[in-house]
Amino acid sequence: MNAPGAIARERAAASPPSPVLPPLPAGRGGMDLLEALRGALSALAANTLRSILTGLGIFIGVAAVIATVAVGEGARRQVTAQIQSLGANLLIIWGGSATMGGVRLGAGGRSNLSWDDAVAIAREVPQVEVAVGSIRQTFQMVAGNQNWSAVVIAADPDYFVAHEWVPEEGRLFTAEEAAAARKVVILGATVAENLFGEENPVGREIRIRQTPFEVIGVMARKGQNPMGQDQDDAVFIPYWTARRSVMGASRANARQVGTISVKVHEGEDMQEAEEAIRALMRQRHRVAANEPDSVSIRNLSDIQATRDAAARTLSLLLASVAAVSLLVGGIGVMNIMLVSVTERTREIGLRLAVGARRRDVLAQFLLEALVLALLGGAAGVAAGLALSHAVADLAGWPVLVKPDAVLLAVGVSALTGLFFGFWPARRAARLDPIAALRHD
Amino acid sequence: MAALIETEGLTRHFPAGEEVVKALSEVTVSIAPGEFVAAMGPSGSGKSTFLNLIGCLDRPTSGRYRLMGEEVEGLSHDRLAELRSRRIGFIFQSFNLLPRTDALGNVELPLIYRGLRRRARRERAAMALAAVGLADRMGHRPSQLSGGQQQRVAIARAIVGSPDLLLADEPTGALDTRTGLSIAALFQALNRGGVGVLMVTHDPEVARFASRVLRFRDGRLVGDARQEPADAAALLAALPPMDQAA
Repeated sequence: MNAPGAIARERAAASPPSPVLPPLPAGRGGMDLLEALRGALSALAANTLRSILTGLGIFIGVAAVIATVAVGEGARRQVTAQIQSLGANLLIIWGGSATMGGVRLGAGGRSNLSWDDAVAIAREVPQVEVAVGSIRQTFQMVAGNQNWSAVVIAADPDYFVAHEWVPEEGRLFTAEEAAAARKVVILGATVAENLFGEENPVGREIRIRQTPFEVIGVMARKGQNPMGQDQDDAVFIPYWTARRSVMGASRANARQVGTISVKVHEGEDMQEAEEAIRALMRQRHRVAANEPDSVSIRNLSDIQATRDAAARTLSLLLASVAAVSLLVGGIGVMNIMLVSVTERTREIGLRLAVGARRRDVLAQFLLEALVLALLGGAAGVAAGLALSHAVADLAGWPVLVKPDAVLLAVGVSALTGLFFGFWPARRAARLDPIAALRHD
Repeated sequence: MAALIETEGLTRHFPAGEEVVKALSEVTVSIAPGEFVAAMGPSGSGKSTFLNLIGCLDRPTSGRYRLMGEEVEGLSHDRLAELRSRRIGFIFQSFNLLPRTDALGNVELPLIYRGLRRRARRERAAMALAAVGLADRMGHRPSQLSGGQQQRVAIARAIVGSPDLLLADEPTGALDTRTGLSIAALFQALNRGGVGVLMVTHDPEVARFASRVLRFRDGRLVGDARQEPADAAALLAALPPMDQAA
């Protein structure tokens, strides 16, 4: 097998005619970002399972943040909607304890508020748009062979303005009808359902305490109030009709009302209006300077503020949970990057020997940590969105994923990657190339 | 024309506890462009320390070193990296290839730090692989290549950036005689093309292919002799052929 051809081939393979390459044109110097990114991705792909497990820490943190923020926001909006369903810029005045013949009846006793108090508030407090007295009492009501027990609210049409009731069917009663004490009634949606089922009640008759009323409208549904009561389980009749025909009247209570609803003009300070009303009530009820107020005023924005404060506390709690999980995730990233640097010590030595600058090595490992954290974060955002959609479906409120929460989550995971990746990357960049090349 | 390598009293001492290890002491030598120099000596003689200093991987404790007329002392880390990138190609006994990267990717590596675009890099790397006779092995990973082929990939990586100087640390140490000969022949061919070669070896068989031999002992340069190099390619051709080429 000593053919001359074989020798020639071998000689050609061992010593090619000119193995020296032509000079290399000068490049820009330094490595490009795309190449660095490709390197980072392939390094992560080389240890797929490890990369996934490391990214999991960030993933869980980010998913939790997105989901909890979305769910929290949804819940908050629902509460806000409930509060707003009661009426915006609304103050409710409750009677204090009435004093009858020197006997103080205590809170919840008979009201000391009168129809005229409401009229006075509307007239004398400039911030007030409407002030209307109302009484409410539960009665059994009958329509045909159906009967139902519900709250009867007796007031003036201004009440609908203050509490933002609008009819779904038919109409509201007018001021003239109210003044004339007409026997007309507007049904809440729940009552209409229970008395008339699917039928349209407008134009039909119901009896409240034997008194026949003509149904002139059905209210649009409001749902629960923040205390969980069904606001639609009520009917509305004119105040004077109630006084004459349903709730009865005596000398003592002929003009009495249970509460006064006050709607303050948009943009006015609720606090100032409240103070003015308080002062007016003290004057009208002849309360001495050293005596406590005769009425209590509930500001619905107070309820909202309380809810908001609770929501803020919850958000803070969620934020700290997120911070802790991102911290743990970040430590995971740092740990795995340190392992990676140790594993690839020879590679780092080689890269330094073939011309990588320290900053090239730093950038390589920093980018790897960043990509790892960002991939975890992006997956976390996706899972968080899915989770909030699922929860929103179950709870029946709209999904409210704020774009800034998503941006924040991604930004924070990027920062986590950079922060926790920096030290391992710096360690890699500062390796002594000789020692690194000898590393086992 | 400036010398390729010029050292003056080059010294490298390592502190080791209370003691000081005098790895290299007072080496003064000048190597012209295009020389093929073998650095010989037993282990611990300082030849590897010398190689690391010449390769700008290490800094001397004292003494001066000029690479192609440029004073290396006092250069920043970045400038040293640039010198390694533009002037020097390294070849190691254990090849030091990236195991998960194919031959082309390994050869491409130094060009990443020269700021070349991907397409230019790949073309150039393919050229280098062809030059070492591995045009048909570009997509192979190191584990799919023989030792000789792996060292050829490493040589392709060393020459891809058109260095002025190849630094080889026992390049044939892990190879059998025949393969070692073919690698030596490749070095000689590169050297004939004008590339300076400084090769550390303890093997006199390999040192005979150099045109000059530096002998180290206990960190000192104890011998500096020129010689007529043996022709590795001719020796390889004279060997009885084998069924499998290296």
